[in-house]
Amino acid sequence: MMDGISAIELARAQFAFTMSFHIVFPAFSIGLASYLAVLEALWLWTGREVFINLFNYWLKIFAIAFGMGVVSGIVMSYQFGTNWAGFSDKVGPVIGPLMAYEVLTAFFLEAGFLGVMLFGLKRVGHKLHFFATLMVAAGTLFSAFWILSANSWMQTPAGYAINAAGQFTPADWWEVIFNPSFPYRLVHMVLAAYLTTALVVGGVGAWHLLRDSSREGPRMMFSMAMWMAALVAPIQILAGDQHGLNTLEHQPAKVMAMEGHFQSHPDGAPLILFGWPDQKDARVKYSVEVPKASSLILKHSLDAPLNGLDTVPRQDWPNVALVFWSFRVMVGIGFLMLGLGLFSLWARWRGMLHESKWLHRYALAMSPAGFIAVLAGWITTEAGRQPYLVWGLLRTADSASPLDAPAVASSLIAFIVVYFAVFTVGIYYILRLMAQPPHHAEEGPSRETPVRAAGITPAQSVAQEHRS
Amino acid sequence: MNAMIDIPTVWAFIIAFAVFAYVVMDGFDLGLGMLFPLFSEKEDRDVIMNSVAPVWDGNETWLVLGGGGLMAAFPLAYAVLMPALYTPIIAMLIGLIFRGVAFEFRWRTERSDRNRWDTAFAGGSLLAALAQGIALGAILQGVPVAGRHYGGGWWDWLTPFSILTGLSVVAGYSLLGATWLVMKTEGDLRERAYHLSWRLLFATLVAIGAVSLATPFLQNGYAERWFAWPNVMLTAQVPLTVAIVTALLVVNLKNRHDYRPFFLTLLLFALSYAGLGISMWPYVVPNSITIWAAAAPDKSLKFMLVGVAILVPLILAYTSWAYWVFRGKVRAGSGYH
Repeated sequence: MMDGISAIELARAQFAFTMSFHIVFPAFSIGLASYLAVLEALWLWTGREVFINLFNYWLKIFAIAFGMGVVSGIVMSYQFGTNWAGFSDKVGPVIGPLMAYEVLTAFFLEAGFLGVMLFGLKRVGHKLHFFATLMVAAGTLFSAFWILSANSWMQTPAGYAINAAGQFTPADWWEVIFNPSFPYRLVHMVLAAYLTTALVVGGVGAWHLLRDSSREGPRMMFSMAMWMAALVAPIQILAGDQHGLNTLEHQPAKVMAMEGHFQSHPDGAPLILFGWPDQKDARVKYSVEVPKASSLILKHSLDAPLNGLDTVPRQDWPNVALVFWSFRVMVGIGFLMLGLGLFSLWARWRGMLHESKWLHRYALAMSPAGFIAVLAGWITTEAGRQPYLVWGLLRTADSASPLDAPAVASSLIAFIVVYFAVFTVGIYYILRLMAQPPHHAEEGPSRETPVRAAGITPAQSVAQEHRS
Repeated sequence: MNAMIDIPTVWAFIIAFAVFAYVVMDGFDLGLGMLFPLFSEKEDRDVIMNSVAPVWDGNETWLVLGGGGLMAAFPLAYAVLMPALYTPIIAMLIGLIFRGVAFEFRWRTERSDRNRWDTAFAGGSLLAALAQGIALGAILQGVPVAGRHYGGGWWDWLTPFSILTGLSVVAGYSLLGATWLVMKTEGDLRERAYHLSWRLLFATLVAIGAVSLATPFLQNGYAERWFAWPNVMLTAQVPLTVAIVTALLVVNLKNRHDYRPFFLTLLLFALSYAGLGISMWPYVVPNSITIWAAAAPDKSLKFMLVGVAILVPLILAYTSWAYWVFRGKVRAGSGYH
């Protein structure tokens, strides 16, 4: 059955599978941690009960999502070694320290303060608890900083040398960390995480508003989420455009695949809206084109020449159809987000933000859209980097571990079975929590058996002890 | 070479510290998972789970530092060892997934489903502990190296010795879990943890003895490192101290002391760990790759050293604070006492 599938293809499938599952959780928890910090700040500032109810409501969901992010993340940190030993040996001296800094500045910070954030409100007081929430939120952002720096270095390597053993070694750390594509990728990804979370929060708010538009909690979360969508969606489109121009400068072949440009266009390249890229024939079938529009977008001039994949050796082409389509999915969703933001502004202006059924249905339909856009964006940038792991320098084919196909196939099957068994249940628990509206005196995680220690016994259980 | 303390040496100690910190902190919480099936009452299980719920995530972060740090500081060792330990590592990761999600999932389910996540918690903990012990044995017994790659097959790790080390770690972690419960719980639960501690102490001592006897026969230069004169004057201190700590542990278990059995067990782990260090040094892959051969360039090591020097003390400070916040005995929820 596995004849013809090499260990390296299986290893790629395993990385793609485990990464796709993993990325969903941090994309959500980066945004949600910041949202929780905002909710707690508003509660401390205004003292309004709605904010602490929303905080506790989303905290329970955060706890589950964060736990799944942690365990799926540990898998990623070991997979570099198990399946990509060649990569680890050659790139370890440059990428390794960036990931070590991620652990030291981010993972410990999140983990160290998470317990207090989840269970400690009654133990440490409001101010220290808020500090813990801020540290968790900061940790998620530090984590994004380092891992995107490492990823960007693989896309646009800088500040390195190569030693006698064939290893990349650091020459200038500043250039390594702030490599050319990093600032663009960081902004684009953090905004994506915020938008993803805003769409989830907005979708949950909309779901409850559709049933009863009078509840305070859903009204508040829906309004906050729609502000976020309206403000951040246009900024994200701008940031994405800048990121694309940066890619054109440093990784032109990736942009050619995104655009479906097999041929060079010396006097203005068309924008191919849709079509089916045929890698073998090197052309886009059934294409719908806008003449010269691609040159306008990428070069800000109708007649600017644009090179195509015919200027790149065939063995250096990425999978064009995959990159072409994942890019369109991401951009399409981006514009749907912009539409939602504009619709909400109009509804708000007309005073029917909480009453417009069509706005709520739109928001509900968009609630998973952020995740799809994030995945599509990652496929665009990662598949667009192929056939290299380090752009132009280290091929994927030279990076794998010396493993037999059955070993990688077994672990791939194990991960698929376990991930579906575990994470689908986790997502179901999250959806079930979301199906309940936030209510009066909402409690945080672990409501069945609150953690208690001798000496700091809450009044309620003192009363109970007197009774027993 | 051994007169100078150079940067790779410092980093070997940092990685060793991270791995030991992981063993200290996650050892007892994996141990609790393995003891879970012995406590069938829901209230007992709630208490056991809650005694680590606020800190388990931080405990596992040391594992990420150990693995990530190895890749960064000794990339060649990471590249050779991970494929060599392929199956145990994957098994460990899968075990950690099951037990990790159980912390949240079991609170979100009805009664019948809760049993399923309790099983996942126990089974995942056992799988992770066993896999870690097997990985340890697989490294100790040696790994074939071809050029800059692992040169063996994907079942080479499986030997009687690696099974022995696997079971030893299971016994040791369980003892940590039992003595943790003695420290963190009260009443009947604590009584049962006491009784378990006795049996697990016996099992752990048998395991330490068996691994210590088997290791010199592995022919990786371990016998010379332990028994050559004058080294033996120093190395002999390790079994002597083990004997003293064991005696103290017995006395304090007899006296039903609260926290001493847990900390003495940690000391037992530290001594066994020092013993492993004596066997391995200065190799990171026995007899084939030294720490100097595996080390990343100084520029990588120095860059990270700055971060470690500033951040690890901070991490230890706020981690201690988190433990302090949740100090004291854990009690069952309302309606139990």
